[in-house]
Amino acid sequence: MSSDNKFIIASSPHIHHKDSTSRIMLDVIIALIPAGIWGIYVFGARSFVVIAVSIMAAVISEYAMIKVLKKGSISDFSAIITGLLVGYNMPTDVPLFIPAIASGFAILAVKWAFGGLGANIMNPALAGRVFVFFSWTGAMTTWKAPSTNAAIDTLSGASPLGHLKVSLLEVTGKGPLGGPMDIMADYPKSSCAVSMTEWFSSSLGVNIDPHYFDLFFGNISGCIGEVSTFLLIIGAIYLFIRKVITWEIPIVYLASFGLMVWIFDGLRFGEGLFRGDVAFHLLSGGIMLGALFMATDMVTSPLTSKGQIVFGIGCGFLTFMIRVYGSFPEGVSLAIIIMNIFVALIDRLTVPRLFGFVKKEVKK
Amino acid sequence: MKSLKTFPKGGIHPGDFKELTNKEPVRNAAIKNIFIVPMSQHLGAPSECLVNPGDEVKEGMLIGKAAGFISANIHSPAPGVVKEITDIYLASGMKSKAVVIEPSGEFDQLGKIVTPIDWSAMTPKELQDKILESGIVGLGGATFPSNVKYAVPADAKVETLVINGVECEPYLTADHRLMLEKTEEIFKGIDILKKILNPGKVYIGIEANKLDAIEKMEKFAIEKGTGIEIVPLKLKYPQGEEKQLLRAVIGKEVPSGKLPINIGAVVSNVGTVYAIYEAIVFNKPLIERILTVSGSGIKNPANLKVRIGTKVGDLIEDCGGITDDTVRIIMGGPMMGFSMVSLDTPVTKGTSGILAFTEKEVGKNKETACIFCGRCVKACHIGLMPTKLYKKISFKMYEDAMHLNLMDCKECGCCNYVCPANIPLVQGFRLGKKMANKQKVKS
Repeated sequence: MSSDNKFIIASSPHIHHKDSTSRIMLDVIIALIPAGIWGIYVFGARSFVVIAVSIMAAVISEYAMIKVLKKGSISDFSAIITGLLVGYNMPTDVPLFIPAIASGFAILAVKWAFGGLGANIMNPALAGRVFVFFSWTGAMTTWKAPSTNAAIDTLSGASPLGHLKVSLLEVTGKGPLGGPMDIMADYPKSSCAVSMTEWFSSSLGVNIDPHYFDLFFGNISGCIGEVSTFLLIIGAIYLFIRKVITWEIPIVYLASFGLMVWIFDGLRFGEGLFRGDVAFHLLSGGIMLGALFMATDMVTSPLTSKGQIVFGIGCGFLTFMIRVYGSFPEGVSLAIIIMNIFVALIDRLTVPRLFGFVKKEVKK
Repeated sequence: MKSLKTFPKGGIHPGDFKELTNKEPVRNAAIKNIFIVPMSQHLGAPSECLVNPGDEVKEGMLIGKAAGFISANIHSPAPGVVKEITDIYLASGMKSKAVVIEPSGEFDQLGKIVTPIDWSAMTPKELQDKILESGIVGLGGATFPSNVKYAVPADAKVETLVINGVECEPYLTADHRLMLEKTEEIFKGIDILKKILNPGKVYIGIEANKLDAIEKMEKFAIEKGTGIEIVPLKLKYPQGEEKQLLRAVIGKEVPSGKLPINIGAVVSNVGTVYAIYEAIVFNKPLIERILTVSGSGIKNPANLKVRIGTKVGDLIEDCGGITDDTVRIIMGGPMMGFSMVSLDTPVTKGTSGILAFTEKEVGKNKETACIFCGRCVKACHIGLMPTKLYKKISFKMYEDAMHLNLMDCKECGCCNYVCPANIPLVQGFRLGKKMANKQKVKS
């Protein structure tokens, strides 16, 4: 009997979803681009240089490890994402060796020391950022004023959260202070936000503090990629549509953080419980970049829906604790990498219920 | 239209590609000059071969006798002479003894008018015996001997009988066409099953991509006042798996490692029901079945009525042959079927389709590292964690994999389908199960 040998023998299934690892990574890059362009637009061309240096350092480190260890592939774009995120987490005027070190540390120490793509415990970009943040805190917290709101320069470019923290230290124990927006009263406003406030109050009769618009659209000081909440949300919606991220982590993270703020943040200002300014906190700092793009990193987040909800709650709680009670104005990076460490534990405790098992009688 | 039911957790939505053949009426495949009839076509012990080379056989003559409790009779698909008895490889890669028959002489049944038998006087026991005698096995793919399935333990009562018309595997349309073309016969087959099982309620589960079949079956069921409920199901693979189908239709879960009868249910495929009808009413053993020949590598995709033992190559020829860029031939559906080496492999009782795929369909990306996206976990309808299982197996930690309930895996392929890193998860699980069993035997 003759046999035809040109057929390929393979195990079932014989059809596959067309998504690949590199396609997922590419989608994340696409989703991040708008917020980066905004950062370059408001903080100037040097922002682009910082991002470029971050990406180059990441890709070169990755390439070196692939050559040395003879495993992995540069074409999965994962190093580019790490570099991009490191760049997005830098102030514009940072000395260029800092992003280079952050990217190098991210790829070499955080990612490859544990075995490369998929094996790292912490989000490389965040760990890289935290590493340089504690090494060169001064340079990492020197902000540039955005071109759309240049008056911020008079405050030596403080970010809203930094401004809040400093102001609160000055006025501690001076009775009820209202909320973040009362302290922000002396924070510069962009002319665009002022006219938006006017439009809202004249045509809709709603009074919105112009600072909210500045925070939402990114006319504030901050890291290159984190300021435009609006464009980050647009990017995240794209990832939702492409099914790269699911709702669990970002929504639960933001909701639990918002809830904590609403309940307890009023206390800082001498107000009672349930008086916190949720909108201010959700719009300022790195919470959006963190919740939408970094906490959702597949490698360093739990596998199951249930686990992701636990992870989101943890991130929200820690972000609140560090941001409000810590000595740093910002808590997102630390909160996420601390929760990254707990992922293995969360995965162990949130095993899905097996079909045909009545209760949790999973064999021990 | 009623609201669509489905099972709650996991499952995937691959494109179904049924439009290639779902308008093609079933036609008879040509009888070729050779039949290769394996003695192992069903779940359980291989049948005992009753013929020797040189023997003359008749159409429907018993040539393999059920050996043991879980086994099935095998009959000659055509009149002729036994040329040889040889070992062949089945599509699954399993070795089996096979009877090679060269057809000659006259068919007793094919092309002739056979008077239907009035079975109303037959007792359930006699009907059961007839099913055993006719070598009927589950035609959905599992090939579990039907008489064993219907031999309900004395302490159990069949509350629900679910007829499986789901056909959730992409490309396959054999059951769909059967329901459209043999509606009445299927309902008569159900009457036979009702007599054997005496079920409380009968449902027919059909996925919503077969609206014409749902409509026709429903119309028939209502007009004849059968009391049988047609349950339209939301499109989702693997709904045709019997435990998922039960979950979708009656909302109950079959406990792990148990059979549907444990929750008072029996599930049978529409193809099986039709085969039972033919066996009882026309005294015709299981010597032919309906299957789909499809895929972009097939020139004229079709639904064929095929004699068991026909070579796959002959069927492909019947459908105009394969295109030059065909890279893979599959027996069964694309999700759970086996890829074949040789076109000389015969069709067996469990063959629901023959697919020829080109690069367009199999086009697979390179395997990369797992990025723990969790898609496999969300796709698994059993609730396993495929990525963890695979890791254990790749580290040869088979016992640990067993503790993660490896044996509950149905190898449905959902996890493998969605994996963006293209990790051969199912292949790993098959290996893991084999190795784990080996270790168990040793210790």
